[in-house]
Amino acid sequence: MRPPILELRGVSAGYGAIEVLHDVDLVIERGQVVALLGPNGAGKTTTIRVASGQVRPTTGFLHVAGRDVTGVSAGALARAGVCTIPEGRGIFANLTVRENLWMATHGGPSLGEVEECTYARFPRLAERRTQVAGTMSGGEQQMLALARGLAVDPVMLLLDELSMGLAPKIVAELYEQVAAIASEGVSVLVVEQFARTVLGVADHTILLANGMVRWSGATADIGDTALAEVYLGQGRSADPTPDTTTSPSPGGTAP
Amino acid sequence: MLALLDVDKLLTFTIIGLSTGAIYAIIAAGLVVTYTTSGIFNLAHGATGMLAAFTYWQFRFAWGWPAPVALVVVLLMLCPLFGAATERFIMRGLKGTTEVIRLTVTVALFAGMLGLANWIWPPDGSRVAFRRFFEGNTVPLGGINVSWHRVITLACAVLVAAALRYIMFRSRAGVTMRAVVDDRDLAELNGGRPDRVAMLAWALGAGLAGLAGVLLAGEQQLNIEPLVLLVINAYAAAILGRLRSLPWTFAGAALLGLLDSYYLGYLDGRIIPSTMFGFSLNGLRASIPIIVLFIALVAMPVSRLRVGAVRFREKHREPVWSTSLLGAVLLVTFVIAISGMLTRANTLLAINGFVFAIAALSLVPLTGYAGQLSLAPMTFAGLGAIAMAKLPGNGSILTLAGAILIVAGIGAIVALPALRLSGVYLALATAAFAVLVSKLVFNQRQTFQTGNIDVPTLAIPFVDIGSPRSRLILLSVAFAVLGLCIVALRRSPLGRRLIALKDSQAAAATLGMNLTATKVAAFAISAGIAACAGALVGDKVSPQQYDFLQSLPVVLLAVVGGVASVAGALLGGMLLGGSLVLVILAPAMTNISKVLPGAIGITLGRNPSGASEQIAENFRALAGRWGLISVAVAGGTGVWFLANRGIISNWSFVFAIAVWTLGVVPNLPALAERFDRRTVSAGIWLAAGMAAAAFIDWGTAVGSSGWRLLVLIAVVFTIGPIGERLLDRSPRVRPGSPDAIGLTDDLTPLEVEDAERRIGVVL
Repeated sequence: MRPPILELRGVSAGYGAIEVLHDVDLVIERGQVVALLGPNGAGKTTTIRVASGQVRPTTGFLHVAGRDVTGVSAGALARAGVCTIPEGRGIFANLTVRENLWMATHGGPSLGEVEECTYARFPRLAERRTQVAGTMSGGEQQMLALARGLAVDPVMLLLDELSMGLAPKIVAELYEQVAAIASEGVSVLVVEQFARTVLGVADHTILLANGMVRWSGATADIGDTALAEVYLGQGRSADPTPDTTTSPSPGGTAP
Repeated sequence: MLALLDVDKLLTFTIIGLSTGAIYAIIAAGLVVTYTTSGIFNLAHGATGMLAAFTYWQFRFAWGWPAPVALVVVLLMLCPLFGAATERFIMRGLKGTTEVIRLTVTVALFAGMLGLANWIWPPDGSRVAFRRFFEGNTVPLGGINVSWHRVITLACAVLVAAALRYIMFRSRAGVTMRAVVDDRDLAELNGGRPDRVAMLAWALGAGLAGLAGVLLAGEQQLNIEPLVLLVINAYAAAILGRLRSLPWTFAGAALLGLLDSYYLGYLDGRIIPSTMFGFSLNGLRASIPIIVLFIALVAMPVSRLRVGAVRFREKHREPVWSTSLLGAVLLVTFVIAISGMLTRANTLLAINGFVFAIAALSLVPLTGYAGQLSLAPMTFAGLGAIAMAKLPGNGSILTLAGAILIVAGIGAIVALPALRLSGVYLALATAAFAVLVSKLVFNQRQTFQTGNIDVPTLAIPFVDIGSPRSRLILLSVAFAVLGLCIVALRRSPLGRRLIALKDSQAAAATLGMNLTATKVAAFAISAGIAACAGALVGDKVSPQQYDFLQSLPVVLLAVVGGVASVAGALLGGMLLGGSLVLVILAPAMTNISKVLPGAIGITLGRNPSGASEQIAENFRALAGRWGLISVAVAGGTGVWFLANRGIISNWSFVFAIAVWTLGVVPNLPALAERFDRRTVSAGIWLAAGMAAAAFIDWGTAVGSSGWRLLVLIAVVFTIGPIGERLLDRSPRVRPGSPDAIGLTDDLTPLEVEDAERRIGVVL
């Protein structure tokens, strides 16, 4: 059997004295699209930062394609084919569109290849190739960010909050592209705060809360109960007090 | 009217101005490239150019190499190597530190390079002249003859502009440099190598500095200080380009060059007289770039307050009254106790140390608390000295109070235009102020009339302060009192406002805090304390002592000592006094002492909180354990007793006291914790170290005082840390892959134990 493309094994990580992730195990098989969901402060972004090499785990290990890469720099992981689109707009605001694409060539492809691939997928970016990226609309900026994920032909794509601050129509458009990437056999890890946006794309889902994995399995098996528990806190849905009108699943399990 | 229409003259001065501007442009462009890519404003940039000019001179004129060979070796090999090494080994360690620390490290580099140049090429030595390129040959240009050197200079500037344009916009490395400025993390996620790019930028910057240095030396001849200071003028050009825009930097440089040459050609001595109202205007021409720098800084749009969490690696605690009072009393007692044992020369040095310590103390509220770097403490001290000498009252307490108030007022006035600035811009504004005061105030007949003034000693009723010993005690008391004032300030509402200013200006503003009033207060207090450093000298002083370049080591060592604490200021001042000790006691050590402050400062990246904070960390374990504290005090008293009775020599006393306080006392808690094999071996080691320190007669064992000080430092840093290592009971944590453990390395007993506990074999 081929080893999983990405594996976090017993990872604890944080910033200074504050530990955010506690003993997290996470496996992404080849070709899988995994959604990582959870409320504010669950540790989703930190998980991405560990997986992309930006944060070194205090304990535990990071494996990519079966090789231990704990402590390897983010740049080296990127050149090895782990493509990360960070939270916010993953673009250089003061560089032109073309210069942004130039930055994507550190992994190997030539500027010509990157440009060709990008403009084929997003014709709008071709019109704006000499425009300073920061002056484009939010949707166009996110297209440019995602274009890097398409053009560099990665082995693994890490997406952090692609939908942030965008209109639903544009989000749907972007996730069509994500699905297209996945259909080519690229493994994808998608982080989202709003569950509904990704459940249609992901075939596997991991629920994270308070820095721990709460639920993990096929997306088809996930119920409202598990989602509500993670987002609203354990046992909240079974709270006997009548102040639970906001809970979408009144019949939840007891803690 | 005819003079103004003289086309040849206009053309001549335009060419001169443009070629001066070209040199400014080249050096400023290097500064902008390094600043934008690494966020570090390299104050040592000019010093790099100066060293390059000297190295070129050495190869070309002293050793007679052909010019092309010397140019290639200096500009294309040594300078880039130096720049890359600076980034790799010094600047890279500064991530996550405050702007104050980053600027101070470049100050350290500046001081170190200045010392190095003075060491290798002593200013008094006579040298072969530095000749221009194709000296004596000219090119006819529009009716006038222009020297080849100027033509080459202009051509270089054009080439540099074109090359930079190409690199930054037409090469992936340049695009990556700009990308790193935009978002460093994202650049790395793109697979870029920000560190390598930063190294490249520093190499490029150093190369440009070198080119400018060589061109400038052709114009100005080889003199260390004018070369370095002229290069500071180029900072004005960089500021005109807002430290970002290269085209504006080039335009600013041309403007400065033209201003200078038109002033020389048209205004000097004709329209602007050489004296006005009895004041000399000799320094005016040299001040033009500084004045432009000041205006540019003040006219800059206000930088928006930065919002967001700020996390620094530096840690500081609020001082506590009990330890502060104890420290003040101990300091004065200690000074009184040893003052009788000091020779006259050593007393004068200790006085110097306290003067520097008070100047460093002036930085505590401003730089340490409010986070605003000032590069002018000695300028304010100089103003204090003048005020003390000129005000009526002949050195009475009232005269001192008047001097403090006047200088504090000047500080507040300087602060007003500088208020809109922060960080590197503020530091440059204070530097501009310092240079202006040196050039326009300190050289007046009215201030330092004969090159020296006599600052009267403070007159205190019923106490005679005439002898150096009593002046030393007076200064130690003054330092203790001012230090307690700082502690009181830190614990007051104003102190908390200063800290808030440093932590987050945006948050402080949203809470309704008046940022302007707080900054003005910080500047005024700082200037007032610095004034004391000048006013309490009680000796003949010269303007050179208060030069801009004299402020640099004070700032540097204050930050090294720990600029957010009174103890740090004392340590910094004494370190500076100490490096002067080396000069006077041991002429052989003079050269090392020149490089020493710089060398110390470069270590800041590793320990940004300052040395005093680290030492205090060691002593904190003693807090509240009165048994151990009495052991510590008893040991110190015992050593003093031995020395006082003449059983051990003075140098042995110094060694023993240093080893006891810095080597043994911090280890006391660990020693007392448990009695086992480790305690015994550490105890024997420390006792042997103490005995060696006290009973070896260091005065005769080591020949010169300078070497004694170095040996002292070596001894202290051998005995203490080895003792600590012997007592270290914490298990070694070894990171590594679980796949490797047990295969490539053997398991330690601790790991076996840990594994067994985890799988439940043993409990």
